[in-house]
Formats: sequence, C-alpha cells, structure tokens
Amino acid sequence: MTMAATNKHSLAAESIFRRNVRNFLSSKLSVFFLSIMIGFMLMAVFAPWIAPHDPNKPDLFRRLMPPVWLEGGDWYFPLGCDALGRDILSRIIYGSRISIFIGVVVILIATTIGVLAGLAAGYLRGWLDASFSRLVDILLGFPYLIFAIALIAMTGPGLHNIILAMVYREWVMPFRVVRGETLATSGSEYIEAAKAIGASRKNIMLREILPNILSPVLVVSTVRMAHVIILEASLSFLGLGVQPPTASWGSMVADGRSFMLGEWWLATFPGIAILLLVLSINVVSQGLRDAFDPRFHD
Amino acid sequence: MSDKVLEIRNLKTCFDTRDGMVTAVDGVSLSLERTKCLGVVGESGSGKSVTFSSVMGLIRKPGFIAEGSIIFDGCELVGLDDTDYRALRGKEIAMTMQDALTALNPAYTVSNQLIEALMAHDDTLTGNKRSRSRQARQKAIKMMRLVGIPSAETRIDDYPHQFSGGMRQRIMIAIALACKPKLLIADEPTTALDVTIQAQVLELIGDIRAKLGMSVVLITHDLGVVAEYCDEVVVMYAGQVVETGPTWDVIENPQHPYTQGLLSSIPRLTNLSRRIEPICGLVPNLIDLPPQCRFLDRCPHSEAACKSIIAMRNSGPGRQVRCIQPVVEGNVND
Amino acid sequence: MSFGSFIERLAHLLPVLFGISVIVFVMTLLTPGDPVQIMLGDQHVTDELEQALRRDMGLDLPPQERFLKFLGNAIQGNFGLSFYHRQPVVDVIASRLPATIELSLVALLFALAVAIPLGVFAAVKKNSILDRIATVTSLFGVSLPGFWFGILLILFFAVNLRWLPVSGRAGFTSEVEPITHLLLLDSLLRGRLDAFWDALRHIILPAITLGLPVASILMRVTRASMLDVLDRDYITFAQAKGLTKTQVLFKHALKNALIPTVTVAALQTGALLGGNMVVETVFGWPGLGRLVVESIFVRNYPLIQAAVMLYAFTYVTLNFIADILYTILNPKVRL
Repeated sequence: MTMAATNKHSLAAESIFRRNVRNFLSSKLSVFFLSIMIGFMLMAVFAPWIAPHDPNKPDLFRRLMPPVWLEGGDWYFPLGCDALGRDILSRIIYGSRISIFIGVVVILIATTIGVLAGLAAGYLRGWLDASFSRLVDILLGFPYLIFAIALIAMTGPGLHNIILAMVYREWVMPFRVVRGETLATSGSEYIEAAKAIGASRKNIMLREILPNILSPVLVVSTVRMAHVIILEASLSFLGLGVQPPTASWGSMVADGRSFMLGEWWLATFPGIAILLLVLSINVVSQGLRDAFDPRFHD
Repeated sequence: MSDKVLEIRNLKTCFDTRDGMVTAVDGVSLSLERTKCLGVVGESGSGKSVTFSSVMGLIRKPGFIAEGSIIFDGCELVGLDDTDYRALRGKEIAMTMQDALTALNPAYTVSNQLIEALMAHDDTLTGNKRSRSRQARQKAIKMMRLVGIPSAETRIDDYPHQFSGGMRQRIMIAIALACKPKLLIADEPTTALDVTIQAQVLELIGDIRAKLGMSVVLITHDLGVVAEYCDEVVVMYAGQVVETGPTWDVIENPQHPYTQGLLSSIPRLTNLSRRIEPICGLVPNLIDLPPQCRFLDRCPHSEAACKSIIAMRNSGPGRQVRCIQPVVEGNVND
Repeated sequence: MSFGSFIERLAHLLPVLFGISVIVFVMTLLTPGDPVQIMLGDQHVTDELEQALRRDMGLDLPPQERFLKFLGNAIQGNFGLSFYHRQPVVDVIASRLPATIELSLVALLFALAVAIPLGVFAAVKKNSILDRIATVTSLFGVSLPGFWFGILLILFFAVNLRWLPVSGRAGFTSEVEPITHLLLLDSLLRGRLDAFWDALRHIILPAITLGLPVASILMRVTRASMLDVLDRDYITFAQAKGLTKTQVLFKHALKNALIPTVTVAALQTGALLGGNMVVETVFGWPGLGRLVVESIFVRNYPLIQAAVMLYAFTYVTLNFIADILYTILNPKVRL
C-alpha cells in the first residue's frame, strides 16, 4: 500500500462524513429543530440586543404582572413579570446564555479531553488504557446527579464550579466511544500501511483515526449536551447552580414555584424554554443517529 | 382427487421497496405429483425461495401476491384467510429453512419447540392439556429418534445451540414432519452442512418420504443434490421458470442455455483436463425488467429475436423450456 | 453461569468499590472549612474539648491513616454523627431510605408497565400512527425537565382537579405499623385498604415524574429490540409451523425481545437514584434525596458523604446484577 492509498482512505472517511451530513439535512424534521437550536444559540449570543429590558432590574410596581393576553398585562412585558417585577421575557432570553454557555462549554471541554484520552487509550493501550478504564469504571459508579451535587457541596455553587463538576463526568462518554472506535480500527490494514511508511504515532492518531470518529463523537456530543442542559437546570432549581440575581431557567422555575396557584407564568415559561431547547437537541441528535446509520444508505 | 399435490399457475409475487417494485416471482408455473420429489434449482435472486414462501402464505409487507393461483391438494391458497392458512401450515404443508441455528428459537429447548408443533396440530392427542402434553413429549422423543439424534430422551431438553449443525437440521426436519404433512418444502436443507452430513440429511428425507408417502420440494442451488434425489427438476432464473423436466433428462439433455451453463460449470472428476466454463455476467436487476429474454446478456446463443417476451414451450415428452432456440445437439458430459 | 466467571466479575467489582471509597474520602479532605468548627457551629467549647473532638474524629492523623479509619468505620456502619439531627448519620439515613426505595420501585414498575406494551405495539404496528405517537412521546419524555413537569402535574391534578394530594407521602390518618417500611406493602399486609389507597394517591405523581424519562428510554429499547426479533428466522419458522399470532408474538418474540429491555432497566436505576433528589424536593417526599439536598445547605458533610457512598455502592451493585442477569437470560451467552 502506498501513501496515496492511505490518503485515499482518510479522504473516503471524510466524504462519508459529508454524505452523512447531507442525509441529515434531507430530513425536514431534523432541519426544523436544528434551526430552533440555532435560534436559541443566537438568542444567547445576541441577548443584550434582543432583550427588551434589563433582566436583573427590579421594579416593585410591576410585581407579578401577568402576560399580555391576560387582564393587567402589557405589551411592554409580554410574558409578565416575576416576584421582583423583573421582565420574564428578558430573563428567559438572558437565561438562554447560561444554558447554552454551560452546555457548549462543558461539552467542548469534556469532548476534547475524552477524545484525546480515548485515542491514547485505544491506540497506545497497555497500562494507560487499563488505568483510564479503571478510572472510568469508578467515576461511572456514581449516579450522575449525585456526583455533581457532591462536588458542588464541596466547592460551593456557582458557574465555574458547575462546569467543572459536570466535566468530571462528561468526558467519559466521548472517551468510551473514541476508545472503542480506535481499538476497532487500529488493527486495520491502512493503519498498518501508515506505520510501514514510518508515520509517527501522533500522526497516525490524528490523520487516520480522527476522521473515523468524527461521526460517533458528534452524535454523542449532541446527546450529552441535552443531558447537561437539563442537569444545569435541575441544579439551579435546587439552588445549587448559578446564584441570584443571574437568571437561569432552572432557578426561575424554583422562584416561581410558590406562585403556581395564582401567577403560574413565573414558572411555566422558563420550563417551556428548557423543554423546547432540549427537545430540539434531542430531535437533532436522533436525526444525526439516523443519518449516520449505515442502514440508511441502502 | 387429482394426482397433483401442488400446482402453481402464473404466480406473480412483488415487493414494493423504496427503490421501486421488485417482481421477485414473475409468472411462475409448476406442479408436483403426489409422493414425488421436485427439485427447484436457481441461484440467489432467482425467486425460488420467494415462490415457496408464497405457497406457505408467509409473504409479508412490503411483499404481496399480485397474480396467480396456488392449488394445494385441490384447495386454492391465494386469498386464503389467515386462520385457514394456519390450519394448513405445519399440518399439511411443512417447511424447513436453510440455517437451522437461526430457525430454532434460542430461548427455548428443543422439546418445547417440538411439543409446541405437536400440540398445535396433532389430532391424535387425547385428554386434557397435561396429558396431551405428556403424549406429545413421547411423540417428540420418537421423532428425535426417527431423525437419528442419539440419546433422544436426554438431549431433547437441550437448547438449539447445544447441538451440531447437522443435528439442528435434523431437529428442524423433525419439527416439520411431526404432524406428518402431505408436502414438505425443504429450503436449501444442505447448504449450511458439510458433504457427509448432507448425504445423511437427504437420505433421512428420502426415508421418511418413502414411509409417509410424502411429497417433497427440494430448493437448492446444488445440481448434484437434485441429480441424486429428485424425480423432476425446475430451473429458475431471474424470477421465471426457464426449464422443467424429469431430472435425468434435463441433466443429460439440458435445453436452456442457463441450464447448460450450470452443468458445464461443475467440475468433474472424470476428464480433468476439461476447462470449467463459468457463466459470465450477473443476474439482472429485478426492478423494471425490459420485455426480453432475461438471460440475454449472458447467453452465448442469443440473437435479435430474443429481444421479445419469451414464453415457455413444450420441447419434448414432459419437457418445457423458455427459449426460442431449437434443441441444441451435443452432450455436455464429454 | 459458571462459578469461575462469576468470581471473576465479582473480583472486578471490588476494586471499583474501593476506588469509590477513595474518591468519597478525598472529597471529605477537600471540603472547605474545619469539620469541627462546622459541627460545633455557634457553640463554645473549651480548647481541650475541641482537641479531644479532633482526636476522636481522627483529624490529626495523616491522610492514609485517616482513610483507613474512615474505611474501618464505614464497614462497621459508622459514618459519624449528624449534628443537625443529633443522631448517628446511619440512623438518619436509614429512617429516610425506605421512602426513596419505595418511590424508585414504583417509578420503575410504572416505567416497565408503560414502556413494554407501548414498545411491543409500536414495533408490531411499525410506522403506524401509534408508532409515531409513541416515538414523539418518548422524545418528550427525555426532554421534559423533571422538576418542571412535576410542578405542572401538581398544579393540574392536585390544585385544579383536586384528585390527588399536593405533596408528602401519606396523610395523618394513615399510620400503619411498619413491617417492610414500604407503605404500600405494609398497608396491604395489615389489611388497611384506606391506608393503601392514601399511600397510592400520594405516590402516583412523583412516581410518574420520576419514571417518565426511564419509560421513554425503555420504550425505545423495547421497540428496537422487538423490530430486530420480528425479522429473525425463528419467527418465520414459528409461523411456518402454523402457530397463532399470539403464540408467535408472546411466546417466541417477546422472550427474546425483552432481554435488552431488562438489562437497560437495571442500568437505568442509576437515573432513578439520581433523579430522586429533584422529584423528592418538588413533591416534598420524605426520602434520602431530599435529605441530601437539605444537608448541602446546612453543610452536613458527614451525611452527604455517607449518602454518596450509599448511592454509589447501590448503583455499582445494580450494574453488577444487570450484568449477571443478562448472562442468565441470554441462553446463548451462558459462560
């Protein structure tokens, strides 16, 4: 086998990826929810320009103002105001920053760590693989929320601590996927060929194996991002997440809980936001899974 | 009562797939006389298995029987409702499959699966459920012995994966024959087995056939098997029957170029210097077939007239062939 | 399965349990604040007493020895005192544990009862309206934030319709002498149908909230597994034998199709254990989860530590059982 052949193989892996992307885009449902996802992300990025009001500015005159379609509502505050008179719509828009930011950052860091560790473990094997695997077994022994809560109990609540607490466990999924793929492909012939040409281990890992793992890693990442966002919302709901006055959808629901009998909108709209975002991510990840499934191509 | 246990007339079975309508069986006609053995030969995709799945009424969506008639023992099967079909399956018509490992449920013991078949159809069992079950078990052990499984009483409670390939095939035959059907359809009974076991299994089928007066259809791609055990043979290609006739006659005087090709591609122990001639080309795609001879692209004798729909014609006593060529002289066995 | 491979798996389990203990211990070390100070709170004690306490808790020992002391204590069931409750930690946990176990069990039962029939039906009627509804519902099921869904359920069923109670585990009149400490069982065993009904009314909403995501996953698994099984040769052969549709489906298909469902269910118990905290908080359920959350706010570290150990050990053991269960159920994988 020649260098050209090995290049062609990694090129083939690349174009399979491109074809999978095209398959994904052919599903109207997936594209629709992908745009909702992107919509949320844009909302997060451009929050200061989109939000009509300052999310943290209280105004006791507008306490518990109902949404615009109910009596006492106002177009100026379309979704009503919370117990401190803060505009709910603005708080939801700003809240997307927290959810998206945490979701993306945790997944980015965790995936990077997981991919690197997985490549190393799967390719270099030996004691490295054994120790990583053992560590993973132990980390996976803790139910997810328990682990995060325990860590936060130690370090205290707050944005950075939540991110760390989640990264500690999130790297495991991409690690497993990448390790599995690497183990499977590192025995194959084109790797042998690359070795025969004298390609360095690092080179092999990056140029030959990496393209093959793109698809499964992408799928895993989207699935996990949905989990992370719900987890962050749950932690914030319990009071262990971002602290007031920062608006997080989870803490908004917690705040609004005592008003459910009368002013139901405080807790309902943030919940709908969470549901929509997470649902979109789940539909997209399902679409990715279907698009990348080899059976689709027949 | 006619002497024909099975008669298929112009059967057309299609599959509505994502890529288009596949006509797996296109106008197939054949018949089988009582107590005879019919060999159905063809390669993968010839439609031989689908034909007999249609006979059993086991064609599932997206497949369906578009046209034709299947007459079993004087009774029309096409359009038969499910309850009536179930009364026939396993009792009057039985079927075995190619791979016995996947055909037997791995989660249940062999005794369970044998007794199940007996309890469903055997009318000679009497009494309440428990006593019928006990009788069925005795019968099951007898069937196991009949098909040659050693230590039947103990082994009957084993799981399918605990038996060897040849024994599993025999167990499948035991299940199929448990209720003494009139017709046995054996789909590739020897393909997954090695040669010595093949011979044993086929002899077994032959024995039981003689004892019960059963009619057998042997679906296979192995001409050797057909030559030894079948009275008549039907050759199928691309969803159509291309040649029929008594086995010895077809093998000694093949009339269709495909059959000729099949026979000349078999290596012979005698005449080792003769070259094996394979049939070049591939089976055509069964979607949107053009109205011409389907063997056209691979046939060494093709001509312009072959570009039209070719029908079956009588070509000798008990012989039919789907080809416009006059019978080609010469023996393939030189 | 063979004894040897069982021991092998057990041997793999023990280091993991050990590792968990190490991590939990390390967490203790890294906890901010002085444990003795936290314990004492506002109380003023003499220096000697403080030193004595330190010695007693082993705070003056080097880490390795502290770990061994910790481990030794843990094995004996001594996790220290919960100053907040003025009781040993173990006792506090033990008193709240049955509520959590009961809730988790009922949630699991709910999940199975919903997921299996739906999954089977969706597979048999593939691509029908019901199938699509089932798939959509399961997507919603994993996307709904549990705390929000629980609140909505309370709003709808308890407040608006007044069919069900708002929170808690049982009313005052439903005192039943405990046998198993599981209210539902105990009330039945003692013949107290009123108490049973009361306990049932209280547990329905939290169980549904807790079980919904699990049900969604199990439904997907069952459907996929059933679709796979229905395509198999032994199903065709069973039909060729002339068996009825019921026999083919429920006898031949189901037994094979449920293997993945059962194993995934055992693995999902981790999700149940984790989700406890949120659901118990929303519904005011007097279980271990809510206890842990409360403990965080009062910095009751000994209790948190013990609870985390308990959760982790339970989870790992359940995974172990799931593994064994899989090999038992799958006759081909008999090792």
